[in-house]
Amino acid sequence: MEGVCGKPPIRPNPADASQPARGAAIRLRRYLPPVASLAAILAPLWLLEGFHLFQLTVAVIMALAVLGLNIVTGYSGQISLGHGAFFAIGAYVTAALMSHAGWSFWATLPPSAALCGIVGYGVGLPALRLGGLYLALVTFSLAVAVPQLLKHRSLEAWTGGVQGLFLSKPEPPPWLPLDPDQHMYLLAVLVAGCCFWLTSNLVCSRIGLALMAIRDHPVAAEASGMDIAALKTRAFAVSAMITGVAGALSAVTIEYVAPDSFGLPLSITLFVGMVVGGVASVLGPVFGGLFVLFVPSIAESISRATPGVVYGVILIVFLVGMPDGIAGLIRRAAQRIGWSAEDRTT
Amino acid sequence: MPLLEARNVVMRFGGVTAVAGVSFDVEAGQICGLIGPNGAGKTTLFNVVSGIYRPSGGEVRFAGQTITRMPRHRMATLGIGRTFQNLALFRSMTVRGNVIAGAHSGGRSGFLANALSLPSARAEGAAAAERTGELLSLLSLAPLADMRVADLPFGVQKRVEMARALACRPKLLLLDEPAGGLNHAEVDELAELLEQVRAGFDVTILLVEHHMGLVMRVSDKVVALNFGRKIADGPPDEVRASPEVLRAYLGDGQCAEAVHAA
Ligand SMILES: Nc1ncnc2c1ncn2[C@@H]1O[C@H](COP(=O)(O)OP(=O)(O)OP(=O)(O)O)[C@@H](O)[C@H]1O
Ligand SMILES: [Mg+2]
Repeated sequence: MEGVCGKPPIRPNPADASQPARGAAIRLRRYLPPVASLAAILAPLWLLEGFHLFQLTVAVIMALAVLGLNIVTGYSGQISLGHGAFFAIGAYVTAALMSHAGWSFWATLPPSAALCGIVGYGVGLPALRLGGLYLALVTFSLAVAVPQLLKHRSLEAWTGGVQGLFLSKPEPPPWLPLDPDQHMYLLAVLVAGCCFWLTSNLVCSRIGLALMAIRDHPVAAEASGMDIAALKTRAFAVSAMITGVAGALSAVTIEYVAPDSFGLPLSITLFVGMVVGGVASVLGPVFGGLFVLFVPSIAESISRATPGVVYGVILIVFLVGMPDGIAGLIRRAAQRIGWSAEDRTT
Repeated sequence: MPLLEARNVVMRFGGVTAVAGVSFDVEAGQICGLIGPNGAGKTTLFNVVSGIYRPSGGEVRFAGQTITRMPRHRMATLGIGRTFQNLALFRSMTVRGNVIAGAHSGGRSGFLANALSLPSARAEGAAAAERTGELLSLLSLAPLADMRVADLPFGVQKRVEMARALACRPKLLLLDEPAGGLNHAEVDELAELLEQVRAGFDVTILLVEHHMGLVMRVSDKVVALNFGRKIADGPPDEVRASPEVLRAYLGDGQCAEAVHAA
């Protein structure tokens, strides 16, 4: 939908109508951002090696997980403090199918996403009755419960109990001159790229507008013909699916799943990533993912004794300096120089 | 057959009976004014007609169909659009976003079709955007289309609500005090707009209004409420002259003046 999301048509400015360079300038505006982003995404394949590329891969995965959370909390306004649980389910379905049943990574994605979608839908149902803080607490308990369920004896045959499960990265195909780390990065970028594309379509559509409308004014939204129950539960399901796919990617990237890596801290980390990156934004989660992955280690390098304090200070500086997130800052900067930000919803 | 039929509508809140058995009809194509002093039950009756409240008794029929037990979100699809007495806009969204959201009931595409941006979903989006463009220019909102509604003055926000209500292609438009907070010139514009909307969109209008001048000028018929009961129903002149109506407004000096002035 032209103009709702995104690029308001670039109108030639009458003031510079006579300048021959106009066409070139418009073309530059249109093509520079996507070309630059593509270059920025692919460059690390050659610029980074080993551990650094691995870290960046994890950042991409976190960005994807934050994107999932942003659909339900940012766009549809339902606070979830438990998205780590969906991440865990996605990771475990993929890990279990790969290590017990010998499935290929790609084959595990659909069942992994489907199970997360079903559980997400299930959580979305009580969410209809529980507003705001109560919903936050219900999802909070989900985040607390899931690691314990994963350790439970009755599931041990599948989950590996406290030990967790080991698996290995998919091998790069012989025709691709990449090592496994590069291949994994490319895989993560590809899967995440698809999810970002689908999400940006969704949030710019009548469905995305309806989610925001329900968040802003439920009574007026219903009077406009929006079925709140159906929209909210489906948003929950889609959100859980995306975060679950991120979990699946993380399982193969780290080649290991263990229950305690999916506890409450993960859920909170995703929440921090969403807020820092930009609530109700598709671009925001990219920065959110980078933030939650790299800022803790930056904090560690500044002060070995009190990295938590440094992290806290950096977080506060970010939130005070950019009240609508990194994406919000970029959006305003882009508006100031007259470029339309690709992320401007509604 | 009237487009809208209210039959013995009763609405109680705990011990308060806000609407106490009101019946009236609105014929297709009419502009019907709904008047009454503060607290008479106009907004409550509106909320019953637009499905937001389930009445404690009685029923409402729209185009012959009983709508009082239907899910709220079905009203827009049936063809009932409304505005709110106290603005109810989607505040974080732009003017255009609000109006497109108002066209929601005109689409059918779901999560999957929109995520994949299937041609069906894109066509619906384009149709809604086109409709929105027309409404924005009709209501002189086009230059403000990309502004956040929360940043706009009250009178403009009221027009955005009207545009949003029209976006669902209503057969019946419910307007709750559209002139509230507007100045003289704006009220004149509003009166013209209402005529234009009725003619241009083939829509029936039920209008709650304290501004007597406006009600008497545009309405084909007027229904008057007091303490939740209907006290008059008929052509504007008759209702204005009705002793019951005069008495209802007497306690309220300002309104009585308004009645005489009109
Ligand atoms: N949700 C509610 N709960 C309890 N009482 C209510 C509720 N809504 C309305 N009332 C009461 O019902 C009566 C009618 O209110 P209503 O808002 O319908 O009046 P109105 O005619 O629209 O008045 P106004 O001209 O001031 O807008 C009032 O006494 C009001 O206090
Ligand atoms: Mg009222």
